[in-house]
Amino acid sequence: MNLDLPLVFAALMGLAMLMYVVLDGYDLGVGMLMPAADAREQELMVASIGPFWDANETWLVLGVGILLVAFPVAHGIVLGALYLPVAAMLIGLMLRGVAFEFRVKAEGWHRELWNALFWFGSFLASFAQGFMLGRYITGFHAGFGYTLFALLVGASLCGGYVLLGATWLILKTQGVLQGKALGWARWGLMWVALAVALVSLATPFVSESVQAKWFDFPRTLAPMLLPLATLAAGWWVWASTGRLKRGEPESDWVPFAAAVAIFVIAFAGLAYSLFPYVVIDRMTIWEAASHPSALRFMLAGVVIVLPFLIGYTAFAYRVFRGKARAGLYE
Amino acid sequence: MDGSEVLLLSRAQFGLNIGFHILFPSLTIALGWILLYFRIRYACSGDPAWLATYKLWTKVFALSFAMGVVSGITMSFQFGTNWPGFMQKVGNIAGPLLAYEVLTAFFLEATFLGVMLFGMNRVPGWVHIFASAMVAIGTTLSAFWILALNSWMQTPAGHAMDAGQIVAGDWWQVIFNPSFPFRFTHMLLASGLTAAFVVAGLSAWRLLRSAEDASARATLRTGLVLAAVLAPIQPFVGDQHGLNTLEHQPAKIAAIEAIWKTETSVPLVLFAIPDDDKRRNDFAIELPKAASLLLKHDVGAELRGIDSFGSDTAPVAPVFFAFRAMVGIGMLMLAAAWAGAWATRRGRLPPRWMLWTLSGFTFSGWLATLCGWLVTEIGRQPWLVTGILKTADAAGAASGAQLGASLTGYVITYTAMFLAYVVVLTHLAGKGAHP
Repeated sequence: MNLDLPLVFAALMGLAMLMYVVLDGYDLGVGMLMPAADAREQELMVASIGPFWDANETWLVLGVGILLVAFPVAHGIVLGALYLPVAAMLIGLMLRGVAFEFRVKAEGWHRELWNALFWFGSFLASFAQGFMLGRYITGFHAGFGYTLFALLVGASLCGGYVLLGATWLILKTQGVLQGKALGWARWGLMWVALAVALVSLATPFVSESVQAKWFDFPRTLAPMLLPLATLAAGWWVWASTGRLKRGEPESDWVPFAAAVAIFVIAFAGLAYSLFPYVVIDRMTIWEAASHPSALRFMLAGVVIVLPFLIGYTAFAYRVFRGKARAGLYE
Repeated sequence: MDGSEVLLLSRAQFGLNIGFHILFPSLTIALGWILLYFRIRYACSGDPAWLATYKLWTKVFALSFAMGVVSGITMSFQFGTNWPGFMQKVGNIAGPLLAYEVLTAFFLEATFLGVMLFGMNRVPGWVHIFASAMVAIGTTLSAFWILALNSWMQTPAGHAMDAGQIVAGDWWQVIFNPSFPFRFTHMLLASGLTAAFVVAGLSAWRLLRSAEDASARATLRTGLVLAAVLAPIQPFVGDQHGLNTLEHQPAKIAAIEAIWKTETSVPLVLFAIPDDDKRRNDFAIELPKAASLLLKHDVGAELRGIDSFGSDTAPVAPVFFAFRAMVGIGMLMLAAAWAGAWATRRGRLPPRWMLWTLSGFTFSGWLATLCGWLVTEIGRQPWLVTGILKTADAAGAASGAQLGASLTGYVITYTAMFLAYVVVLTHLAGKGAHP
């Protein structure tokens, strides 16, 4: 069998990263929304992500793990260049992860402190991830404009995660909290729309190879569909939250699905822009790949394990379907 | 800042992170199985006291697991940020082993942990027991892959060269390399003892406040019996592990025993202050011929000293002291476990001084595990992968300033997390289980 193994692993890595961004995105978003809710609502919000956050973060380990094991040279370059934002993200993820466990067991001002750390950790991790993405797509060039661009992407990703988190809450809650979540989702959407517009305008200027790809007629026809699709998905979020707000018939999973669609489309655009580079303009996936023997051994594991992984993940989401209930620990 | 200082900072940062991380898996690997035992006891008896016990220890588990997850994610990044040379040189071996850990263990434990923690009222009893079992299996599988990689770094086997790259020739030999069976068993026992003492210690802490707590009495007994059974097995396995090390990593044994010169009828150094500069022991208390007897089972046997390994040797003093600390703590744990098991026979409540002692022993397993880890990791220096890659050649290009800044951040975060963890654990234990 003559598989293009680096391509297979690039696809797997992309899939893992996309899963991570969508799954941990909603729970990071819920974390960032905590200060906007009252104490009773916060319990529900935390309960809605409680059973899932551990497994959600595991996708990050898988994504980075594939980068590490399938493209080891690129892993060193990418993470070396992103040394400080990686450290910031990790500290953020650590703070929110343990705050999640600690806040349940704490009382009084202790709980307030852990709530604050949960919010801060969620924000720090989200912002750092966006910042890293910004640095990554500009090929780690130094300079004021590039840093500004990375900060912009950081802020955009926070908006995106807030949108995911809010639509997740629409799906998992009801009543007053759901009403609030509808409002948050619309704010998140406006934030995302502004950010997507700015990032799309800026991207061709900060990366020449992206520019070449986007304006190389007629190859541009396919990616031109992506902004249209993004608009459609954005409209879908706006319209469905509007119907839910007015109490018109609409399924409560629709806004979340539409928000996920925005992420999937943005991801497709990104993948189109970067391919076949794993370090933009410097290293392709074939140049960075591990030895075929290592890739084959891992692929065997992936093929065997993936169906089980999907199976029990689906099982867990099925067990916890429906609206969240507070006091899960009791 | 010169290269050696940057290397030292890089090692300090990674050492801090991995040393912090190892605490939590070493507890949760065995605690997962203890929880499963509590869960099954509840399923068989229907006794709400077992349910309360299970729920209390589930909280301890969840907390420890979260600490392990977040520090583990950090590690997956630090391989690249701190040791890019490691993956470039041996990535074709280390990579797949780590990937198998994520695929077979991480997802299993993380996903079923959700069901285990929050799903008790949502799934049938047997599904919940199944989820608890999957969590325990997941943590153990995770240890399997990590210990396979660590053992391979200690005693590489099964690899081959292809176009200038190190690749796996035989995966079976890579995974089941010479030191793996001993190290894996040693680690599982260490985890069993760590968890047993945490369970016993926190239960004793509860009993000091409320002597009539039936749940705490039951868990005290469980922890002590488990510790009393495992504690005497550990030195036996450790001895076998040592013989294996002598065969494959004789330089490490020379450092552990502070043997400077190759000699016959080597004495066992019980205590000394090894001087790495002058290459000798000060204030040595020795047992004549005992090292030859212990390691070769022959009083006249020759043992290789530090002098026979040229410059490729570890610093003797830290390895020597860490080993003695590990053995010493292990012996104290054995004594505490047996005394405790005797004092709790047939439902007796131990005297208060013994409850205080056992509370003091709560984290003894951690100390012993950390000491053992220092022995095996420092003992391998200057190699990162024995005979293949030196630690200095694997370090990354991060500047001293970057390392310093991130190290400061990690130290503050870890210290705060650790303090909070201990406070919450003692607080939980102090309140006890409530049906």
